[in-house]
Amino acid sequence: MGESLVCDICGKLATVHLTQIINNKIQKVDLCEECAQQKGVTDPEGFSLADFMAKNIESSIGPEGIEGPAVVCSSCGCTPRDFKNSGRLGCPDCYDSFDSLIKPMLKGMHRGETHVGKIPHGLLKRVGLRREINRLQDNLARAVEQEQYEDAARFRDELEQLLGKPEGPQS
Amino acid sequence: MSPSVNIKRLLEARAELTDGGASGAPIVMSSRIRLARNLQGMCFPGRAKTAQRRDVLSTCENAVAQLPHMQEATVLHIDELGELERQVLVERHLISRELSQGEAGSGVIISREQDCAIMINEEDHLRIQVLRNGGSFEEIWSVIDEIDSKLEEDLDFAFSGELGYLTACPTNVGTGMRASVMLHLPGLVIDSQMDKVIRAVNQMGMVVRGLFGEGSDASGSIFQISNQQTLGEAEQDILTRLKGEAIDTIIEQERNARQRLLENEPEKILDKIGRAYGILQNGHVLSSAEAMSHLSLLRLAIDSGFIQEQWRGEVDRLLIEMQPGHIQLAACETIDSHERDTARASFLREETRRIPPPNL
Repeated sequence: MGESLVCDICGKLATVHLTQIINNKIQKVDLCEECAQQKGVTDPEGFSLADFMAKNIESSIGPEGIEGPAVVCSSCGCTPRDFKNSGRLGCPDCYDSFDSLIKPMLKGMHRGETHVGKIPHGLLKRVGLRREINRLQDNLARAVEQEQYEDAARFRDELEQLLGKPEGPQS
Repeated sequence: MSPSVNIKRLLEARAELTDGGASGAPIVMSSRIRLARNLQGMCFPGRAKTAQRRDVLSTCENAVAQLPHMQEATVLHIDELGELERQVLVERHLISRELSQGEAGSGVIISREQDCAIMINEEDHLRIQVLRNGGSFEEIWSVIDEIDSKLEEDLDFAFSGELGYLTACPTNVGTGMRASVMLHLPGLVIDSQMDKVIRAVNQMGMVVRGLFGEGSDASGSIFQISNQQTLGEAEQDILTRLKGEAIDTIIEQERNARQRLLENEPEKILDKIGRAYGILQNGHVLSSAEAMSHLSLLRLAIDSGFIQEQWRGEVDRLLIEMQPGHIQLAACETIDSHERDTARASFLREETRRIPPPNL
């Protein structure tokens, strides 16, 4: 799908999709019905997409906008501008990195703001277990390094206990 | 340029959409559910480098290979397929248009019955799709839920307690689920009711899309109805609401429209059906839009009892096989649209010869 489902102004469901050529480039806006009316998009004569883009998109997430130029997802390097241009995020961590941008969008887009469906219990258990093992391994290494052998022994026992669990990863 | 062995096997095998439900069902042509899943710690396909995409592809393929449902499945890499082969897969609803234009590192795994297709590195790392001829969401959900849970044993899906399954586009976040039905609605189209239906369904947060062509006069009168929202509502609730509030209502309105048309203006409908039958059996130049609309009328004739029920499955198969990619693949070459229309007419003359005349 080439069209974004999100209104460029308020994040609600976009139903008006407009494409114009500006400076030799094809530019698109996606708007909800309300914003489209307010901005005069429905008047084909008097509407210029160039003006619209300059006024709205720049100011909301542009270089000098509220998000500022410094916001980059530290995991993948994606910026809000990349997201705006492609309609897609760079990686799962972008949801945290652009939290303040995405949350208001979700509000207008979906029926709720939090997930209430299927939960991958096995996955969560496995990921949680792996995280705990990593933590204990780090602690153990640090304790050995600092010659705190009592602590090291405790971490080793805990680790053995976790690794002994049938669903624990073997590595 | 003849099709590769893999594609040939897919085309010749018994497939869910072309042979699945024997004679098919009136109005509801097919139902599907797809789930979007991504791997934690990996860039989404749109941002990933080719090497990363290849990594994800092989990781996912290995996980899919463990699924009982996918034994004897066909594994295809998009960059190894010809343009026509990709187009044919799109026409058979086995891959999306987006995947068909995908770069290196994209692929699809198609189950033996062609009722399950798992796309890898489309917009998301995984797009799992299960479809049924006619079909009920409950059955499809239980199959796809099991596939998803099995995959989850091998793959670390990106999941957040607050936002659910994380997807490349926030429009899919949460359940990552899109459920849809393909409805054949000639009654509502002839009766000029489709605009109203589309508006009403949109207001429920669901979408109606013409399958071929846009808007309320999509050729063939085939429409896809799907949920739009994926966050804040559990899978079963989305399915129940989609079916109860939208699909069942549309089906009832379609039945009413057909009845009204047959009672009030029978000659209008009978004339359309008779002409459609005549052109399919005797035409020499047929565009896909025209063929689509004639086949659609034949399907209506079957639903209305003018042609025996057993031919419905055949019409559904022709609706898929008369599309441009199939016609060209059968000809073993890319041909221009005029030649295609001639080839299509000859294919349809041959194929519809066996269908008995409608008892009008």
